[in-house]
Amino acid sequence: MKALALFKKDWESELRTRYAINALAMFILVTISVIMFSIGDEPVSEYLTGGLFWVVIFFSAMSGLSRVFVTEEERGTTLTLQLIASPSTVFFGKLIFNLVLVYLMVAAITFLYSILFEKFVIQNLLLFTVALLLGSTGIAISSTLIAAIISKANTKGTLYPVLSFPILLPLILTLVKLTQFSMDGETFEFAWVYLAILVSYNVIMFTGGVMLFDFIWKD
Amino acid sequence: MPYSLELDNISKSFGRRLIFKGIDFHFSENKIYGIAGSNGSGKSTLTKIIAGVLSPSKGKVVHFNDNTEIIPEKLHNYLGFVSPYLVLYDEFSAVENLQYFAKIRGINYDENKINDLLKRFGLLKRENDLLKAYSSGMKQRMKFIFALQHSPKLLLLDEPTSNLDDEGKETVYGVIGEVKKNSVVIIASNEKNDLELCDEILEIAKYKTNSNHPKKSKQ
Repeated sequence: MKALALFKKDWESELRTRYAINALAMFILVTISVIMFSIGDEPVSEYLTGGLFWVVIFFSAMSGLSRVFVTEEERGTTLTLQLIASPSTVFFGKLIFNLVLVYLMVAAITFLYSILFEKFVIQNLLLFTVALLLGSTGIAISSTLIAAIISKANTKGTLYPVLSFPILLPLILTLVKLTQFSMDGETFEFAWVYLAILVSYNVIMFTGGVMLFDFIWKD
Repeated sequence: MPYSLELDNISKSFGRRLIFKGIDFHFSENKIYGIAGSNGSGKSTLTKIIAGVLSPSKGKVVHFNDNTEIIPEKLHNYLGFVSPYLVLYDEFSAVENLQYFAKIRGINYDENKINDLLKRFGLLKRENDLLKAYSSGMKQRMKFIFALQHSPKLLLLDEPTSNLDDEGKETVYGVIGEVKKNSVVIIASNEKNDLELCDEILEIAKYKTNSNHPKKSKQ
């Protein structure tokens, strides 16, 4: 309940300040536009559109998800949070916020992609949806933890993608593969190893986050 | 239910710069304690260490409530904190800030108590204004309401009268006198008037070198 209250505070604050939503929306529009202009009339393979789909999600996540902690640090309200909530409340509250943001972001990107790219055709929609949900959850968990780490650094903007890349790489590679399977109309039985990797990744990152956040949060 | 805290051989360095060393001190209820020292002597650093938001380089701070040690994750429930570097949420009004703080703390929002505090600190008429429209003195008054909202057993005040007019200072001194009756009050300040309220004073300057074994001074 306390974490939910923190999420509500953050969400209301976000609606008033538009720190993350505007950055995410602009980044999604610009990235998809650049990809469309680059491709032009050239024929592209289905797999390439699937790969580019995750490139857009990765960089959009990099532009918006760090703000959950960076805005607190930049405005000087980190101390206030430390004085009203335990580290676990802060971690779960911020995680819920990033989960909601990632789900909205992925939904918007998927919608735009499906209407703008003819070649982006998914045969097994259920497999793709499960992969999207698990992948988005993994991105949100990892991003929340990394955002907490980099919020104390001076070079936040540069450090976030640099630190995120190796941590998110196994997740993105797995998701690209699952997107290919979904495009080919493969079954769950065929893709279960990759789904198991996603679940394991999420469990490991979540457990790591819960265990490490205490140390990151305190100066 | 007596509240007390113990500083056990506290030292703090930033890099190779020693701030203070070997602080042993006992704080108990029904007393006002002062932390005195020149600018840059480490008053705020020691205050943050006592509040549990900064780790000491050496030693430990132990808080007790009713002879039971308080675990660091729960310390925020017992602590009220005011300082110049504490920043509340500018995009919310005074009431919205306090409502969110109550929900995140997991306590009931006591409207009567909040109205009393707002009236006492002269903010009742401006309770629905966004904090970004407040003057620095009004923000300082608001920090006291934030610190007193949950009836803390330990009130930590770093430069409590900064930005306040004479009327504000009188209100603060009155509140400190009342809170002292069943709480520990610690004031870190250079102001003579602030330190005159204190029963015991911890002089930080005495903890700068290796050789001495300082004793607490009495006013």
